[in-house]
Amino acid sequence: MTATGLSVGVETAPAVRPARRLAARWYLLIVLAGLAVVSLVRVITGAEDLTSSGTVGAALTAAVPIAMAGLGGLWAERAGVVNIGLEGMMVLGTWGAGFAGYQWGPWAGLVFGVVLGALGGLLHAIATVTFGVDHIISGVAINLLAPGAALFLSKQYFSDAPGGGQKQSPPITDAPRVSIPGLSSALDTLERKHWFLVSDLAGLLRGLTVNVSLLTIIAVLLLVGTLLVLWRTPFGLRLRSCGEAPVAAESLGVNVYKYKYYAVIGSGVFAGIGGAFLAISSSQFRDGQTGGRGFIGLAAMIFGNWRPGGLAAGAGLFGYTDAMQLRGSDAVHALLLLLAIALLVLAVVQFLARHRVISAVAAVLGVAFGWWYFASDQLPPELVGSAPYVVTLLVLALAAQRLRMPKADGKIYRRGEAV
Amino acid sequence: MSRLTPRTVLLGLAAPLGALVFAALVCAVILIATGHSPADTVQAMITSGKRPRTLVNSLNSATNYYLSAVAVAIGFRMNLFNIGVDGQYRMAALLAAGFAGATWIDSVPGPIRIIGTIMVAMIVGAAWAGIAAILKVARGVSEVISTIMLNAIATYLGQYLLLKLAVPVAGSNNIGTRPITEGGQIPGFDWPGSTSKVYGLVILAVLVGVVYWFVLTRTRFGFDIKATGMSESAAVASGVSVKRMVLYSMLLSGGIAGLVGMPQLLGSSHSYSLDFPAGLGFIGIAVALLGRNHPAGMALAALLWGVLDNAANSLDVAGVPKEIVAIMQGVIVLSVVVAYELVRRYRVRYEQQKVGRELGMTRVPAAAGVGA
Amino acid sequence: MSTDDPPGTHAVELAGITKRFPGVIANADVNIAVRAGTVHAIVGENGAGKSTLMKILYGMQRPDEGTITVDGTRVDFHSPADAIRAGIGMVHQHFMLADNLTVLENVVLGSEPRAGVGLDFRAARKKIREISTSYGLDVDPDRLVDDLGVGERQRVEILKVLYRGARILILDEPTAVLVPQEVDELFGNLRELKAEGLTILFISHKLDEVLSVADDITVIRRGTTVSSVRPGEVTARQLAELMVGSALPVPELRESTVTDEPVLQADGLTVVTADGRKVLDDVSFTIHAGEVLGIAGVEGNGQAELVETLMGIRAPAAGTVRLKGEDITRLSTRRRREAGMAYIPEDRHRQGLLLEASLWENRVLGHQTRPPSVRGPLLDRRGAKADAQRIVDEYDVRTPSIDVAATALSGGNQQKFIVGREMTGNPVVLIASHPTRGVDVGAQAAIWDHIRRARAEHLAVLMISADLDELIGMSDTLAVILRGRLVSWVDPKSVTPQELGSAMTGAGDSEEVA
Repeated sequence: MTATGLSVGVETAPAVRPARRLAARWYLLIVLAGLAVVSLVRVITGAEDLTSSGTVGAALTAAVPIAMAGLGGLWAERAGVVNIGLEGMMVLGTWGAGFAGYQWGPWAGLVFGVVLGALGGLLHAIATVTFGVDHIISGVAINLLAPGAALFLSKQYFSDAPGGGQKQSPPITDAPRVSIPGLSSALDTLERKHWFLVSDLAGLLRGLTVNVSLLTIIAVLLLVGTLLVLWRTPFGLRLRSCGEAPVAAESLGVNVYKYKYYAVIGSGVFAGIGGAFLAISSSQFRDGQTGGRGFIGLAAMIFGNWRPGGLAAGAGLFGYTDAMQLRGSDAVHALLLLLAIALLVLAVVQFLARHRVISAVAAVLGVAFGWWYFASDQLPPELVGSAPYVVTLLVLALAAQRLRMPKADGKIYRRGEAV
Repeated sequence: MSRLTPRTVLLGLAAPLGALVFAALVCAVILIATGHSPADTVQAMITSGKRPRTLVNSLNSATNYYLSAVAVAIGFRMNLFNIGVDGQYRMAALLAAGFAGATWIDSVPGPIRIIGTIMVAMIVGAAWAGIAAILKVARGVSEVISTIMLNAIATYLGQYLLLKLAVPVAGSNNIGTRPITEGGQIPGFDWPGSTSKVYGLVILAVLVGVVYWFVLTRTRFGFDIKATGMSESAAVASGVSVKRMVLYSMLLSGGIAGLVGMPQLLGSSHSYSLDFPAGLGFIGIAVALLGRNHPAGMALAALLWGVLDNAANSLDVAGVPKEIVAIMQGVIVLSVVVAYELVRRYRVRYEQQKVGRELGMTRVPAAAGVGA
Repeated sequence: MSTDDPPGTHAVELAGITKRFPGVIANADVNIAVRAGTVHAIVGENGAGKSTLMKILYGMQRPDEGTITVDGTRVDFHSPADAIRAGIGMVHQHFMLADNLTVLENVVLGSEPRAGVGLDFRAARKKIREISTSYGLDVDPDRLVDDLGVGERQRVEILKVLYRGARILILDEPTAVLVPQEVDELFGNLRELKAEGLTILFISHKLDEVLSVADDITVIRRGTTVSSVRPGEVTARQLAELMVGSALPVPELRESTVTDEPVLQADGLTVVTADGRKVLDDVSFTIHAGEVLGIAGVEGNGQAELVETLMGIRAPAAGTVRLKGEDITRLSTRRRREAGMAYIPEDRHRQGLLLEASLWENRVLGHQTRPPSVRGPLLDRRGAKADAQRIVDEYDVRTPSIDVAATALSGGNQQKFIVGREMTGNPVVLIASHPTRGVDVGAQAAIWDHIRRARAEHLAVLMISADLDELIGMSDTLAVILRGRLVSWVDPKSVTPQELGSAMTGAGDSEEVA
């Protein structure tokens, strides 16, 4: 992402033709191959948690806020506005959910979280679209403002509420969960057999279909909905054109300011949903709950090349690392081996694509992580929490240049000023 | 950039002042809406603010904020967003504290210990920023995201390292690095009426500010930085190597960031522990924005921030959540950037008209570029 | 000023149009009458106000005074949407296309056919294919615009306009980026459109093209209409004089000052883009002290890449550059400047100036390592200011002071300042890329004068230009660049603008070029 600021590093590398999107069957094969590798690592290390349904379920729960934040980022950037303030808008969402959730239930919490997130989005829109403020600065300002506001309101409204405190809300009941009937026990038995690949698949499926929160399902629908709206409707086309060539859009009568407003407010809405989900699934609002997920969401968006499908994959990946650190040190230790293998595979792929330097770097890192795995019994618990961030950095560092960002992303747009 | 006329001075002040007034109004509204009295709040803050101890603490806070702001401003001048000052200063403070508190260092003469500590801090800060710089230059990774990631990684890595370096702090659950013995400390200045002392390293902050001003306005390097920030294409055509500038700029920014924790470390806490101040990096961003990356402006902004933060401490007791100040600060940042943008647009239009008038109205449009 | 036609046959009538911007009057009392079903050309030099006028006709700007009449009805446009509804379509000089979207998406944007809530892709595809075949545009709706060539992109722009039912097309400098065949194809398309009853407004400054394709010509100078003529009644030279308002300044060189001493040598320079296209193909030349080498070519044939390679902004895939015998191919831009290379960039706003910095700070730009701007590692503010003032005086830069921001000056004065800056410090070679583009006539003459004088003092000059008179008048040696190769070398003393133009567009088979 070179949204605002310098374009260094992007121009000089021989601009790689962005990979033509692969047919669906290739993606399926890649997923299966990946699963096979993970399964292999599980068998070798004995860390059952790598593919247990519990982990998958936790990963899903962790992935949703990230995916929603990423979706928020996607909507904004597709219209040409960089939204660094997602983190702040998510905080507003968590507070809103806490406030309405403990009083009137999780659905009220969701609505309220959305409303507050949208307000944050509106603020960003006014600053960047109407006043032409630099997008990053406005985002940073919102990130400074929101947590303070949330804590203020928290002290104001939660201190005296039963079960609440200065920095947290009273408990919120969880949203209803559903399962696909009949599968649960069958998959469970399969999973417990610990057979190579089959059991892992069973674990994966069970985690995805049993005890899934309704909110998760809503999130998935939103992802699909985004794909449909942005790529198959006139509204979506106009919105995307604002991010690709706003002057062209203006010349064809599209009200660029209007669509940017929609997009950025929408971006706040999604961040609010993500925050609400986070609060509801943690059963309360807590100060500092978001923990940087707004930024990880942005990373997922970049990882997904600004498309909902890729975004979901990225969010899944980050959610998985997030879930793993809660499962215990064996699991995390095994992650090291997995990471090592992934890096070595990447090294091979890049080598075949004739990127010698990156291939070498990936190979070295792969070997380093592998050596770390074999040379130690455990990962120090303090370092475990950094896993999602390290993975994000690795992804950005080794894959950043095959991406295609909306062409006018981050540029300040003023009507009538043909570029 | 233009000559200092009454008009330019007025324009320069209009934005921050306007923002402050606006923010104060917004907060007054919020207070009333939540059942507090703005007048009482202000009263409580003024009372607290006048106390010598609050003034000393404000000055000390301002010192930290100023250093952080200068670090951020170096990046801002080049359109680089070094959001990672936070992680950089914490890593630097931790490792410098470990260095300064090591048992073998106790016998080294004072001045050398202090200089060594400061050097270690600067090198660590620069190195941590360097990671983001290399990622940007070699792989085009946005420094915004990478520095944010590095901040988080610094938190966890810091916890791990602290455990390795730490000794328990007497009488509490806290752990910290081994306290620095007297030879490696820097004495503070006395302030009449208070037992608290002003950080000795406030001098360092002033020095950094002066050097910053000098480099930016009087050296070739500073010119290159400003040019790259203003127009990358013009800078390239003029011979600037943008990659090298990004690297230098980030390293410099990280190095200054490393200094942020030094006044506190060497002047009062003498050890890096779990409650070492956090979040100074983000405050630096706010102060740099408010002070418009200008050495004097940032100093004033840092002082303002310091006073607001410390005077606010008494608010909780008065029944007003002290976060109202945090809200005010957030609103100030937002409104000040809007205000600066409005002033800038006005100034550009005004200058164009002025030149047009002084040279006589032309029939032909000021042909800008290809065709008009 | 309008031609004598019975009322009601005019597709468009502009009467008394005036538009003012802060400090500048862009259009004053413009009157144009366009007959339906014709190609009506609007000519004028850069900065005359043509583009502003077209923006007004297309609804992107509102006139301060005056009226617009379309097909006999008075109209008042508030936005391009209104103009589109009135049947006016604009094909911009700088294409307004989104690279990452498909042709279909670009064409239907803003006027999408709907199927319920969604976009009716099938209907869109069908309509596009229909228009494409009936007007001979040959465009595939599902290709990404990024993959299209220049001529194809222009056809997409035309398709965009036809898709919306435009009956009046405005084409803004359409041939600026086309090679000869593409120009012919375009004119063929225009004839077909005319046959279907459409009216075309053709804005250009390429007088020979205008004379060959237009039915009526209106000349605009300094914001007003000067006259309306038929092509049969004027020659190109007369048109040019109408455009400029006086006898054209003729940039003539006196005696030859070319020496034997080679200053700048390019050998086999080749530059390749990411997708394997050669934008520069084995380019070689030598410029001697006191010599001006002019390179003529239609924009987009490799000139920009050549200049960037010579200045060190771009690395060649093959070939070498030598300055006074020394190989500088690996040298950085800064080192090249220090070695005596001066550079007047093509785009003064993006490459030549720091718009928001003061003039004296702009004096330092490009010369950050040498006096008078610099003393050691420090800036010499006094020296820079004094020298900036000197440049302002010597090069007649009209500005109230050197503390004013560069953006406040007019284009001509900005360019004069840049020329003054670059000529300072005794450079050995000057790379001048379109040095008088977008500059008023007075400044143009002054700049030519300065280059001539420097040439007499043994400066070597590489001049890239699309202004034929400039090239012919200023060059000692003249080469034509086409698709990245130097295809012909002509004698500036005997070549005519027509011959040069033909060579530039590659149509020079029939003419013998000396």
